[in-house]
Amino acid sequence: MEKRVTFSRWTVGILFAVPQLLLIFTFFYWPAGQAVYWSLTLQQPWGGGNIWVGLDNFRSILSSADYWNSITASLVFAAISTGLAMFIALVLAALTDRQLAGSRFYRVVLIWPYGIAAPALALAFRFILAPEAGFMAVVNRMWPGFWDPGLDGADAMASIIAAFSWKYVGYNFIFFLAAFQAIPRSLIEAAAMDGSGVIRRFWDIQFPLITPTIFFLLVINITESFQDSFGIVDIMTSGGPANATNLMVYKIYSDGFKGLDYSGAAAQSIILMLLIVVLTIFQFRFIERRVHYR
Amino acid sequence: MASITIRDVTKSYAKSQVVHGVDLDIASGDFVVILGPSGCGKSTLLRMIAGLEEISGGEIAIDGTVVNRLEPRERGCAMVFQNYALYPHMSVAQNIGYSLKVAGVPAAERTQRIQAVARILELEPMLDRKPAALSGGQRQRVAMGRAMIREPKVFLFDEPLSNLDAKLRVQMRSEIRKLHRRLNATSVFVTHDQVEAMTLADRLVVMNGGRVEQVGTPGEIYKRPASRFVATFVGAPAMNILEGVVELDGLSLLGGSRRLPVPRVGLPVGAKVAMGIRPEAVRLVAPGSQGALNATVDLVEELGAGRVIYVDLDGAAFSVVTSETVHPAAGATVGLKISPDDMHFFSSETGARLDVFKASMPVPAH
Repeated sequence: MEKRVTFSRWTVGILFAVPQLLLIFTFFYWPAGQAVYWSLTLQQPWGGGNIWVGLDNFRSILSSADYWNSITASLVFAAISTGLAMFIALVLAALTDRQLAGSRFYRVVLIWPYGIAAPALALAFRFILAPEAGFMAVVNRMWPGFWDPGLDGADAMASIIAAFSWKYVGYNFIFFLAAFQAIPRSLIEAAAMDGSGVIRRFWDIQFPLITPTIFFLLVINITESFQDSFGIVDIMTSGGPANATNLMVYKIYSDGFKGLDYSGAAAQSIILMLLIVVLTIFQFRFIERRVHYR
Repeated sequence: MASITIRDVTKSYAKSQVVHGVDLDIASGDFVVILGPSGCGKSTLLRMIAGLEEISGGEIAIDGTVVNRLEPRERGCAMVFQNYALYPHMSVAQNIGYSLKVAGVPAAERTQRIQAVARILELEPMLDRKPAALSGGQRQRVAMGRAMIREPKVFLFDEPLSNLDAKLRVQMRSEIRKLHRRLNATSVFVTHDQVEAMTLADRLVVMNGGRVEQVGTPGEIYKRPASRFVATFVGAPAMNILEGVVELDGLSLLGGSRRLPVPRVGLPVGAKVAMGIRPEAVRLVAPGSQGALNATVDLVEELGAGRVIYVDLDGAAFSVVTSETVHPAAGATVGLKISPDDMHFFSSETGARLDVFKASMPVPAH
């Protein structure tokens, strides 16, 4: 029998829920509601009154080529950085799970990057990937003009993807390792007795059994790549060159706080929110079906 | 069908050695049970035969081929695990057929062989179910099927019945026995349950502390345990052991508080021995009878067909199994009659069996 507390009057139950509800309302529903309201008005940049404009803000954003460019850049960033961060973490976790020499060492070391704030790690990567000094300078010396994130949009995109993936490899690694270690060792041994080699065992036994974790990380990584990328973009590229790395979350900030277009930025936040909601629903509908929950 | 030869096999982990030089010959088609308390190295030995543990020293040969350096799949063994180790994301049919799939057997032949195995194990109605939807006994049978379908040279069982309830365990025990008669494959079965061991084994290997204590048929091991450990480990309730000293015309037991007139045992006078007597071999007689030990009844366990009577012998625990219609009450005094023929003697120091006497020595008249 599950133990469950019941209250004689529903009001007592509500009282217990109030602190949490208050927090969610203050820090999520209120700002989100404000954003919806602003997105339907034209706000004055220095305050003092606004005009109701209906969906005009959305119309003007969606007809802007700059905005579509930003959406494309965000999707490319999300797809590649999620793929990279998850793939590398999966390989590292699979190797660590096999108890190779030194696995205890990287178990600790690989967790650290997640603890570093995005702007701090972005600054580090700015130095690491600088074209004029450091490692990439050596590459540039061999192939002159090969690497210049200040001029080449693809190079700039590669830089922010590298920085973001580096951070999330650590995060994904912890979850993958936990998932691998939750698989009973005897299952792997049984597969070995059944004649299955290391690679085959991975695909037939381990991979299907960690699909719940893969699915969870997919949702988290994609969501975070739309949101947590801000600090990295701000420090490394400021959206440049030529808007090549102007991701949606960064464009909201630069349009709103640098361009003082509060209403346009509010409308963009609503679109970003809807995009994440739609992507998440899509993942739950179509990818979760292939997940084996135990 | 294959014989297994184990020569001076050892296993050590970083700092500790868990198997100390085991020698064992398993004949082709034999059902061998390795019995021992937990931590005695029996599972490690089995896993070394399977190829799941590296062999630190010595040599294991299956069918004449040394397998020390072979991968598990190259050894021709199939294993049934304690927790069944069924693949939770595969159906029963996929579980049973996985080894064939890995080996690249065509789908049609695979289905046919899965069906054949399922028929033997009565699993046909549940081939499409996932392991989570099966009962313990059914899972156990799927694990057996997975081992059988490969038609292995050797079956290895790692305590496969310990997760089942008592009734199912007895049933599966006889099924395993029947299956062995039918397939006649060499089988090695590891267990800590001595009833399981006695009923299943053609030959029984008793292990303790990483060493083999005794190898023999269940009957031999029960009747002539080679050491004090084997004597107390095999048989339930455990054999009674009383420490004593050999005297000219008997045994002085329990530090001299009791004397038991025994014809000369052929052991030097003054030798310190542990005298063992099976609870089944003790007879209850009226207290004070000639040659009997008096004891106080502590507790009586009723078993229906008989009872186990625990008595106190100057502080030493002692048990008697009787089917006679005696019902001593707790606190009553009873006499224990022990026939010299039923006594086992072990060295107090090494625990090794001492038997230089009995049949070979004529009993002198008193």
